[in-house]
Amino acid sequence: MVNYFKLIVLGLIALFAMIAANYARDAAYLAQAIIIMLTAGGLFLWTLRNTDEPVVVNPQLEYMDGVVRYGVVATAFWGVVGFLVGTVIAFQLAFPVLNFEWAQGYMNFGRLRPLHTSAVIFAFGGNALICTSFYVVQRTSAARLWGGNLAWFVFWGYQLMIVLAAVGYILGATHGKEYAEPEWLVDWWLTIVWLAYLAVFVGTIVKRKEPHIYVANWFYLAFIITVAMLHVFNNIAIPVSFFGSKSVQVFSGVQDAMVQWWYGHNAVGFFLTAGFLGMMYYFIPKQAERPVFSYKLSIIHFWALIFIYIWAGPHHLHYTALPDWASTLGMVFSIILWMPSWGGMINGLMTLSGAWDKLRTDPVLRMLVISVGFYGMSTFEGPMMSIRAVNSLSHYTDWTIGHVHSGALGWNGMITFGALYFLTPKLWNRERLYSLSLVSWHFWLATIGIVFYAASMWVSGIMEGLMWREVDANGFLVNSFADTVAAKFPMYVVRGLGGVLYISGALIMCYNLWMTVRRAPAIEAKAAAAHATPAE
Amino acid sequence: MDTYSFLRQLADSWALLGMFLFFVGVILWAFRPGSRDTHQDTANIIFRHEDRPAPASGETDER
Repeated sequence: MVNYFKLIVLGLIALFAMIAANYARDAAYLAQAIIIMLTAGGLFLWTLRNTDEPVVVNPQLEYMDGVVRYGVVATAFWGVVGFLVGTVIAFQLAFPVLNFEWAQGYMNFGRLRPLHTSAVIFAFGGNALICTSFYVVQRTSAARLWGGNLAWFVFWGYQLMIVLAAVGYILGATHGKEYAEPEWLVDWWLTIVWLAYLAVFVGTIVKRKEPHIYVANWFYLAFIITVAMLHVFNNIAIPVSFFGSKSVQVFSGVQDAMVQWWYGHNAVGFFLTAGFLGMMYYFIPKQAERPVFSYKLSIIHFWALIFIYIWAGPHHLHYTALPDWASTLGMVFSIILWMPSWGGMINGLMTLSGAWDKLRTDPVLRMLVISVGFYGMSTFEGPMMSIRAVNSLSHYTDWTIGHVHSGALGWNGMITFGALYFLTPKLWNRERLYSLSLVSWHFWLATIGIVFYAASMWVSGIMEGLMWREVDANGFLVNSFADTVAAKFPMYVVRGLGGVLYISGALIMCYNLWMTVRRAPAIEAKAAAAHATPAE
Repeated sequence: MDTYSFLRQLADSWALLGMFLFFVGVILWAFRPGSRDTHQDTANIIFRHEDRPAPASGETDER
C-alpha cells in the first residue's frame, strides 16, 4: 500500500521536474531539474518493479549496518574527490595558466573553490559523521536504527544534495555565503533530509536499551540539532522565481554578515568539532580498548563547549561595520574556548594512559591520536587569531587558510581515516586490515603533507600581512598587492606539494580498504557461528 | 519599550543568569555523590553489545 503512495509522489516529482526543466531560467536550475527528474523517474521504476513483491522484514535483533557500509564507501570516495579538487585549485593559485581558457566560467578557481570546500566539509565530513553516528548510536544504545528505511533516505537524500550543490557551483548558482553557497532549492532539500536524520538519531536514542546516553551521542545530537538551526537561519532567502536558482537574502548589511558568521563559525564548532568529538569519544576508547579517561570531564567538556562556541562567531568581523562590543564579545568567548577544547584534548589523549605502548604497534591508534594532537594545536591557534590585534595581521591572509587546514586535514581528516580503518574490518566481517604497513605509509604521507601545508601558509600569511602594512618614512605603503602575490609563489608550490602528499595517502587508504574487503581473512565461520547464538 | 530593547535587556540579565546557573548546575550534578559508579558504568557502554542489539526483554540481558 505504501508503495502506491510512493509511486504517486515520485511520479508527481518527476512531472514537476520536467515542467521546471522546460521553464528553467538558468543553466544551473536546468541541470538540477534534470537530475531531480532522472532520480525521481529511476526511483519510480525501481519502486514499480518491487511493488507487490514479498516484503523482507527487517530483523530487529541485528544492527542496521548496510547503510553504514555505504557511508564508509561514500566517505572515502568524496574524500578523494574533495582532496583532488583542493590540490588542483592549490596549483591554480601557483600557476594561473591552469585556469584553462576553454574552461573559463566553469572550472576556474572561483567556481572550483566552493566545490572544494563543500566537497571536503559536507560530502567527506558529512558522510563520515552520518555513517559513524549511525554506527555509534546503535552500539551505544544497544538498539537497531529507528525508522526502518528512513536511514536509507537520509543517506541517498544527502548524496543527492551533494550532487545538486556541486552541479550548481560549476554552473554558477551560489548564495555567495561562505560554506553556505547552495541556492534555495538545495537548501530546502537539505532541510528535509536533515530533519529525517534527526528523527532517525533521536528515535534510536529513545528506544535504547542502555539506561544512560553515552557521551558520544550527546555530541552527535548537539551537532545535528545545531546544524539544523544554523542552516535554516542563514538560508532565509526568497526565490526570485520558482523556475530559477537565484534567491534574495532576507537579512541585509551587517545583520546578514553577523548571521553568516554566526553560521560560519558554528559550522566549524558544531559540524567539524562537536560531531567529530562524538567520533573521538567512541573510536579512541574502542581502539585503545580502554574506557575514556574521565567521564566527568567529558560531561563538562560537552556543556562548556556548546555553551561557549555559539558566541564565538563575531571574531570573523573585526574592524567591520559590526559594533565593537559584538566583536569583543566574540573574541572573549573564543579565548574562553581554550579551556573546553584543551579539556577535551586531554581527555582523548589521557585515555591512552597505561596503553601508550600501543602507539608503537598500532598505526590506526597513532592516526587517531595525532588527530587529537592537531585538534589541540588548531584550537590553540584559533583563539589566538581571534584576538583583535593578532587578527589585524592575520585576517585576509594565507594564515587563515593554514589554520583551517591544520584543523581540517589534521583533526577532521585524520580522525575520519582512523574511524574508516576501524570500521571496515568490523562492517565487512574481516579479522583485520589488509596491511598495517600501508596504514603507516598513509599516516606519514598525510602528516608530512599537513606539515608542508601549514608551515608554508604560516610563512606566506605572516609575510603577506607584514607586507600589506609596511609603510615607508613618509607613511606611504611600500608594497603593491601584486608584490605580495609574487612573493608568495614558492609557498604556493610547497602548499600544492603538501596536497599531493595528502591525497596520495588517501588513495593508499582506499586501496587498503578495498583489499581488506576483498582479501583480508574473514572472521572464522566457527567464531561467527558462536556469535550468532544468543548469549542467553 | 520596543521589542529590541526588551530582548536586549532580557538577554544580558535574566537569560544570562539563567544559562550560567544551568551550566553551574550541570557541573555540580556531574560531581554529585554516587556519580562515580554511574559514570564508570556509562563509560563502559562501548564495550557491550558490539555485534547485536540487546534482546527485547531487558531482564535477561547479560552484560
